[in-house]
Amino acid sequence: MKNSPIKAALGGAAAIGFTLLFSASAWAGKTLDTIKQRDQMVCGVNTGLAGFGAADSQGKWTGLDVDVCRAVAAAVLGSGDKVRYVPLSAPQRFTALQSGEIDMLSRNTTFTLTRDASLGLHQTAVTFYDGQGFMVPVKGGIKSAKQLKNATVCVQSGTTTEKNLTDFSKANNLAIKPVVFEKLEAANAAYFAGRCKAYTTDASGLASIRSKEAKDPKEHAILPELISKEPLGPLVRRGDDEWFAIVKWVIYGLVEAEEYGITAANIEKLKAESTDPVVMRLLGKSDDTGKLLGLDREWLVRAITTSGNYGEIFERNVGEKTPLALKRGPNAQWAKGGLQYAPPIR
Amino acid sequence: MAISLHNIAPRTPPVSHTSWRLWLRQNLFANRTSAVTTVSLLLLGLWLLPQLWSWALWHAQFKPDADACQSIRGMGACWGVVSEKYRLIIFGRYPFAEQWRPLLACGLLMGLLVVSCMRAFWRIGLLWAWVAVWLAFFGLMGGRLFGFSLGLSPVPTDQWGGLPLTLMLSSLSIALAFPLAVLVALGRRSDLPAIKTICVTYVELVRGVPLISVLFMASFMFPLLMPAGTTPDVLVRVLVGITLFSAAYTAEIVRGGLQAIPRGQYEAAASLGLGYWKTQRIIILPQALAHVVPGIMNNFIAIFKDTSLVTIVSLYELSGALGLALSGDPLWRPFKIEGYLFITLIYFAFCFAMSRYSLWVEHQLQRSQAR
Amino acid sequence: MAGFLFWDMKTSFWHQRQTRRWLYQLALMLGLLALLAWLLSNTLANMKARGIQSGFDFLWANAGFDIGESMIAFDSSEPYWRAFGVGLLNTLRVSVVGIVFCSILGTMIGVGRVSHNALARGLGYAYTELFRNVPVLLQLLIWYVLLVEFMPDSQSPLHFNDWFYLSKNGFSFPVPVWESSSNSLVWDVPLWFDGEISQGISLTPEFLAITLGLSFYTSAFVAEVVRAGIVSVPRGQLEAAKSIGLSNWQTTRQVLLPQAMRVIIPPLTNQYLNLTKNSSLAVAIGYPDLVSISNTALNQTGRAVECIALIMAVYLCLSLGTSALMNAFNQRMAIRER
Repeated sequence: MKNSPIKAALGGAAAIGFTLLFSASAWAGKTLDTIKQRDQMVCGVNTGLAGFGAADSQGKWTGLDVDVCRAVAAAVLGSGDKVRYVPLSAPQRFTALQSGEIDMLSRNTTFTLTRDASLGLHQTAVTFYDGQGFMVPVKGGIKSAKQLKNATVCVQSGTTTEKNLTDFSKANNLAIKPVVFEKLEAANAAYFAGRCKAYTTDASGLASIRSKEAKDPKEHAILPELISKEPLGPLVRRGDDEWFAIVKWVIYGLVEAEEYGITAANIEKLKAESTDPVVMRLLGKSDDTGKLLGLDREWLVRAITTSGNYGEIFERNVGEKTPLALKRGPNAQWAKGGLQYAPPIR
Repeated sequence: MAISLHNIAPRTPPVSHTSWRLWLRQNLFANRTSAVTTVSLLLLGLWLLPQLWSWALWHAQFKPDADACQSIRGMGACWGVVSEKYRLIIFGRYPFAEQWRPLLACGLLMGLLVVSCMRAFWRIGLLWAWVAVWLAFFGLMGGRLFGFSLGLSPVPTDQWGGLPLTLMLSSLSIALAFPLAVLVALGRRSDLPAIKTICVTYVELVRGVPLISVLFMASFMFPLLMPAGTTPDVLVRVLVGITLFSAAYTAEIVRGGLQAIPRGQYEAAASLGLGYWKTQRIIILPQALAHVVPGIMNNFIAIFKDTSLVTIVSLYELSGALGLALSGDPLWRPFKIEGYLFITLIYFAFCFAMSRYSLWVEHQLQRSQAR
Repeated sequence: MAGFLFWDMKTSFWHQRQTRRWLYQLALMLGLLALLAWLLSNTLANMKARGIQSGFDFLWANAGFDIGESMIAFDSSEPYWRAFGVGLLNTLRVSVVGIVFCSILGTMIGVGRVSHNALARGLGYAYTELFRNVPVLLQLLIWYVLLVEFMPDSQSPLHFNDWFYLSKNGFSFPVPVWESSSNSLVWDVPLWFDGEISQGISLTPEFLAITLGLSFYTSAFVAEVVRAGIVSVPRGQLEAAKSIGLSNWQTTRQVLLPQAMRVIIPPLTNQYLNLTKNSSLAVAIGYPDLVSISNTALNQTGRAVECIALIMAVYLCLSLGTSALMNAFNQRMAIRER
């Protein structure tokens, strides 16, 4: 080639091409640094499940999963209001977390092997022990899940619910016909329109949907059988152990707080006066557990002040005084016969 | 000899060819089949129309009163669901207090589109108007422009919804797809084999897949394709998907127009010494694009309707906003069908207006080409 | 003199058209390759950083979910590729039935639009304008609401003579079946008992909603295409046919249709392809077509890229196959001019 400008231009183009090809896309900082820099945490929540994650018409989010997000944000950023909520449907939730669109997924998600091992995600701590159940109209006269032979059952796509339904149907020879919807609203609408004989999802979800969406909640019955174990809790991305530890231990901290009687109301008093060594450690007065996590001393104090302890969160969102009227059941403290057992914070 | 003028007796009037009786005979009762069709259609209409009238208007309830609606269920339509929820339907999840902003933004955009359609305004100032209105639109809706706050409370893009979202997605994607489509159409007709292959592959690939798979790809895979740490806005992702999709279809339409230009035009341009790009810009493209404006309008109508699909990737345009408005509200949920009919009316109004406009443009073109 | 000067001037290499053509193509190819390589490297880096697995090996894993309606037997212990096969068959089922139905309906409306009868013309116009100007997703949702909320419960279905049943659970009708024992065709009539219907053929409301919705929507476009085809035949042809004594039916069949078909077939192919592609909207109303099952697989296995690539590949094959078929048909119908 005679003309050097052209040669230079081609060479330049090739160089740019190869640079782009081989430029390593390094992970842009850890999640905690990103959150602190942004001064906001992005939390993936449900599109509208009363008691767990729902927004009212003013755009204010409430729910058990939402309160967990607020507690984590308070522990990290100082205030539970520094959260942006991204409503996600079941099919979108994992890709949103994988892609970095959200920092943590707090959306009544069941912990399973597949999700922990092959999706590039980590399951933190269980915030709600649940099981899958069925809801039927009282008119249909069905009293047990085993009577659902050849029944049509409405279910949302992309959930463990689908697979559990299949397993249950096979184990009991019921030949259940699933009607699968992409969106939760469509599944609800179809069930309440009478398309299906039964509706299936986690029992807490059934209670929530019945309380909010049924014309007359008394016309729908939740069948007694729980056909699977559904431990629900928040998830984070793999590859960031620091962030994983923070979310996990905030949840354990809330459970520990309930075990030792620390509430949002008495926390200031206890901080000033208590001499119980465990309480002093939890409130950051004796040991600085926050430093080990990358936070400051008062991380748990802020979390408890914002949302209350685990028991308070439960009662406020899904407890007996709410329309969902769920009993603690397996979600009670281990000392009271439940499954909430937090490892010691020391 | 004197010619005597005497009155001629009045003749009988000529047979009228335009009386309504004749029209009836020719158009409705021309032969036996026609007569039978007319009678059966009239009977069907007589049975159906009074029922429709009674349901939709006579017994209908217009006030947002859920109990009154329940009581007339089955007998009359409950348009109360529209008067109760129209703000949620038209503006989606946009914060209630700030809904004057999307209203204003929508009005500006519709005004711009209408003005762009009128011949009297086709001058260079229109381009500046486009830029100004789009800046105003994004500024009003988002509260921030290029990172600078405008004194309005910021509203994140996943809260935009309803009619403004539909209008924005369809008009912006068509506007952005147009230059790409022209380039791809020219590329497809070029005789450089590499360029032709790339353009053909792109068009055939995109036209062979449904829009929903393109939207899934845009919303699921786009973040993976970008460098780690960047998260493209959900609206940007969907816009890119729809733009690439509409560019392929528009490219085919423009190619049809290019094929209609006679070779003589190219030869005349060459004889004047015009190069490739000058020929295209000055001679070929103006003629080709003028030919295909009706086709492009049809494409615009199709894209406008296709924006309803973004509800599947959780952007709440009109039908998604209706689902959102009625879910979780057991009081109004039984009246979903009236909500759907309301949205149908909105879409029909827009699309019908656009199709009449495209017919008008066709007329204008035919007039301009008649000798 | 001038000729001598002319032969002396040789165009330099860089000003020759050939060179420039190759340069532009090279630049474009390099740019495109660089872009693709950049995107690919981003994807691989992202997937590695997040520990997302990739590959098509998940197709041989157990599906673990049931499918509500399928044309072949499907059990939850079957592998994913079989689930995809069921989805594909469901899509084809909707497409074929929809194409047949919309062609018939569209032809009727299209012929009605050019008929002598003003009422038929007006109704045809109203029909096409109504169904063309409303988005197809909205139409599908409306059909689904009509078929599910306004139909009676399966405990008290609408029935005609115990042969046809219509309820929230779908539409059932009898079908002739060959019985080997008596060597004759017998009617397999649906049997209703306690809200369940066995025997006969039952169509679910999801299938009905999507087939009817797509058929009515596409029939409006088919009507326009048919009308354009009929109108394109010059009046002189019809008048000549009349003048040699052909009846209406003979004129239509031997003069009008062959010429109209030439104009009708290419856009008709387009409409059939649109119907096939629009069947992907079944995911919104719960019909287990290919996109819906791929969505479920995507969520269960997390392999977003592979599943979406699979859907796009299948639809591309369907589109190209239909185009090829219709092109062959077009060749046969082409009128060989003198």
